[in-house]
Amino acid sequence: MERLETEVIIVGGGIVGCSTALHLRQRGVPVILLEQGQTGAAASGVNFGGVRRNGRALEELAIAARSLEVWRSMPHLLGSDCEYMVTGHLKLARSEADMVALARHAEAQAPFGFKVEMLSRNALLARFPYFGPKVLGAAWCESDGQANPRLVGPAFARAARAAGAIIREHSRVSTVARDGERFLVVCGDDREHHVEVRGRTLINAAGAWANQIAASFGEQAVMEAWSPQMVVTEPFPYFLKPALGVVGGDVYLRQIPRGNFIFGGGYGDATLASGRATVMPKETLGSCELAVQLIPRVAEATVIRVWSGFEGITQDHLPVFGPSLTTPGLTHAFGFSGHGFALSPGVGSIVAELATTGATDVPLGPLSIGRFAKESAETPGR
Amino acid sequence: MTESQFHRVAERERPSLTLYLDGQAIEARRGDTVLTALLLARHVIRESEFGDGPRAGFCLMGACQDCWVFLDAGGRIRACTTMAEEGLRLVSKVSVP
Amino acid sequence: MTEGGSLRVLIVGAGPAGVRAAETLLKHGVKPTVVDEAPRHGGQIYRQQPDGFKRPPRTLYGFEAHKATRLHQAFDSLKERIDYRPNTLVWNLWRNVAHVAGPKGTDEIPFDALVLATGAMDRIIPLPGWTLPGVYSLAGSQVALKYQGCAIGQKVVFCGTGPLLYLVAYQYKHAGAEVVAVCDTARLSHAAYLMPGLLAGGSTIFKGMWYAAWLKLHGVKVLNGVTPLRFEGTDRVNALRLITGRGGEKTLACDAVGHGYTLKPETQLADLAGVNFGFDTMTRLWLPAIDEYGRSTVEGVYLAGDGASIAGADAAELRGELAALALLKDHGMAVPNARMVALMRKLGRLSRFREALDRLFPVPATDVHAINDEVVVCRCEAITAGEIRHAAHELDAGEVNRVKALTRAGMGRCQARLCGANIAELVAHARAVPLEAVGRLRGQAPIKPLPIALTRKADALWALNRPDEPWSG
Ligand SMILES: Cc1cc2nc3c(=O)[nH]c(=O)nc-3n(C[C@H](O)[C@H](O)[C@H](O)COP(=O)(O)OP(=O)(O)OC[C@H]3O[C@@H](n4cnc5c(N)ncnc54)[C@H](O)[C@@H]3O)c2cc1C
Ligand code: FES
Repeated sequence: MERLETEVIIVGGGIVGCSTALHLRQRGVPVILLEQGQTGAAASGVNFGGVRRNGRALEELAIAARSLEVWRSMPHLLGSDCEYMVTGHLKLARSEADMVALARHAEAQAPFGFKVEMLSRNALLARFPYFGPKVLGAAWCESDGQANPRLVGPAFARAARAAGAIIREHSRVSTVARDGERFLVVCGDDREHHVEVRGRTLINAAGAWANQIAASFGEQAVMEAWSPQMVVTEPFPYFLKPALGVVGGDVYLRQIPRGNFIFGGGYGDATLASGRATVMPKETLGSCELAVQLIPRVAEATVIRVWSGFEGITQDHLPVFGPSLTTPGLTHAFGFSGHGFALSPGVGSIVAELATTGATDVPLGPLSIGRFAKESAETPGR
Repeated sequence: MTESQFHRVAERERPSLTLYLDGQAIEARRGDTVLTALLLARHVIRESEFGDGPRAGFCLMGACQDCWVFLDAGGRIRACTTMAEEGLRLVSKVSVP
Repeated sequence: MTEGGSLRVLIVGAGPAGVRAAETLLKHGVKPTVVDEAPRHGGQIYRQQPDGFKRPPRTLYGFEAHKATRLHQAFDSLKERIDYRPNTLVWNLWRNVAHVAGPKGTDEIPFDALVLATGAMDRIIPLPGWTLPGVYSLAGSQVALKYQGCAIGQKVVFCGTGPLLYLVAYQYKHAGAEVVAVCDTARLSHAAYLMPGLLAGGSTIFKGMWYAAWLKLHGVKVLNGVTPLRFEGTDRVNALRLITGRGGEKTLACDAVGHGYTLKPETQLADLAGVNFGFDTMTRLWLPAIDEYGRSTVEGVYLAGDGASIAGADAAELRGELAALALLKDHGMAVPNARMVALMRKLGRLSRFREALDRLFPVPATDVHAINDEVVVCRCEAITAGEIRHAAHELDAGEVNRVKALTRAGMGRCQARLCGANIAELVAHARAVPLEAVGRLRGQAPIKPLPIALTRKADALWALNRPDEPWSG
């Protein structure tokens, strides 16, 4: 049995948690982070790797802008660029209705200070001559990019540690509670591995598992744990620079300079209780088909690995980010619904700002857990 | 040293066939794998895509995946487990858009 | 009580273990499905040459010709009565469905019970220059000869350890190839002490001694207790540099090397089936946990032959039969208990022999600790020992999956078949912890590369009904 005291306790060692830890240390705040497995190995380490603002919900754009600053500073901040590259991003249309939706969204994004250009099929093919007949046009955002997810969480964790954060891996938080003015967080079920941590502030960055923490304080998001499926091929001569998405989101595809195509879409049927996010072979084959429909040359590649991992998907596909409504000192940052990789580095910076100054100029109101108050009373999350 | 890597020591009497690598004819016999056919004519089948030198297969039993070659028609094959066929066209580079 | 006729059993692998399992099931009224990636049955050791080749079994299989012929005949006589699918790869398992890819595209095979008889491949220890053209796996060198009638070069060195080293050298020399030397890392100095165990293998050990003697008689250098240093050459191998058993350095000029350190099981499907693995201290490998009949820790999943643990072809035949009997018994069918007891007894004798062999030819697995930083360990992704050590040290990665994530070592097209054990050795050594403490790389689908063109040849393309994702991608 071990007792620890700190200022801020972070539950969850994904990119959100690890970035929060680093940014808090930069502000001189004592912090302890608890992670049930290895840092950056859950959704943070297995995702698609897109870093984009194109096609993103307006409610997330201010966070994305903050995050972009962090992405750009990574070589200096982390000692590694985590293979972040500005390659551009194309959100593709496969029907006239898709084109209308893209144009409407591009217009709505216009005030946010980055350029999105609508490309007709001809304009698209003039620049990117490799799309199949199903692709009718695209929204093009040159400032978007991609990075290697496997590197980011561990790099933040190392930097946070070096800056003085205490990061405990293989430490599953079993209970969280208020203990007077402080939070009491308990890890480990048996006596020998029992750790009690007390701190003034608690950050809930527990990803797909975060509702369990929120529920301990009488609030919940309407959220389910899903397991998105990914595919990677053998290296193929490099030609596809931008990352690709589609209206409807059933497939996304990129190629890295080493040559591998990485694509995903669809979900396995794993539940958190099973502990293992396994891959449904049918969905893999479906993703292959959808990818080839975008770029016929992908049919010449060969799949070498498929994987999956847990992600919390909320009812409205927006994250839960901001102060608790029941418990002072508790901040939620979870439920990024399949598009949090790009945001997470910035989320950490915003949480650190909130935790130390009590305020941030990033508007978080629409992301508050309070938006589920009515529904969650009726439909508890899985 | 000769150019070829493999050497036939048995089973020499089989119908012959021709395949092509980058347009160059390579004589083989029915029952040869593509890798056998190539290595009877040369000692390199491809360059490692990561710049660490030439490769010519390794396990010869479909496990290491080191022996792939491009098909002119698109796609690639594992040369050690694919039978050589008359007129098969292989290329060491493919053009990309 | 299950009706034998309706029990769906899938056997993966048509080598000695798979063939005997199929035969046993059929004898009890169960028609299995047998899937094998190879075009013809027989597995690795009794691999059949392509149509149109004319060498007799005696030339191909030597002392084992009668066993090979018996096995081939056994399967030939039953293959019309079962669902046999050659040229077919099981690329994934999902609950009780095997996903296969074959000449006609992708397909599904549902099953009630699964027998994995997936065989083995070479165990490799990397050395400087091991990716050079002309350096082949030892068992692969044998495949070139047996399956293609070819030698891997004109002046061949065989290097590594294990009985296969002598056998392949003999077969090469016998076929008329020039064999420069056999270089065994084992000293064989405690052969006498191991004799009781070795004799449990019957005549096998004498065949081995006979090969070694024959090679020396025919002018082939046989070096024991060697430490191989590197393969030399620029665009192909031209020499092997080593330290002899007496301690001097030596260069052996050659244009090809067969290189291997005994065999290791192909356990990727066992992993996908979700069976537990245990660390084996003798081989320093993680192996599927099975009981003495071949039952895994997952109900309905059985392992047999070298795909479970290396015990050789004779044992594989017995283990295939035994696993099939256990399967039948587990499904409520009457099986001859006396036969099971007899199989167990024979296997006990063979396992004493195997243990003695393992001691006689110890795999120098820890030699990899000493390799230079520049040596490529993962040949698929071209990742060096230095990069792995850097991840283990500077990047604080204490677990092999973390090292893989950070470096790409073990992430390539062979699914870490060649490098997995070596990465674990390097990480454990760099962090000065026991090997079993750094974990193991898990097999992931597809267990071998799956051409996307093949997935599109399926009769019915999958009707996808994916939920609308307003903000993803
Ligand atoms: C190349 C090689 C050479 C050898 N030479 C000798 C020798 O000369 N003398 C000796 O005593 N021992 C030798 N051995 C050892 C001997 O092969 C084994 O002891 C014996 O074959 C084990 O039998 P098995 O049935 O377990 O495996 P195998 O005979 O290897 O049969 C397994 C079969 O399963 C198939 N398979 C595996 N996975 C899949 C999948 N996912 N989908 C479809 N099919 C699959 C394979 O294609 C293979 O045909 C050799 C081993 C190897 C690898
Ligand atoms: S040489 Fe290993 S797969 Fe062909």
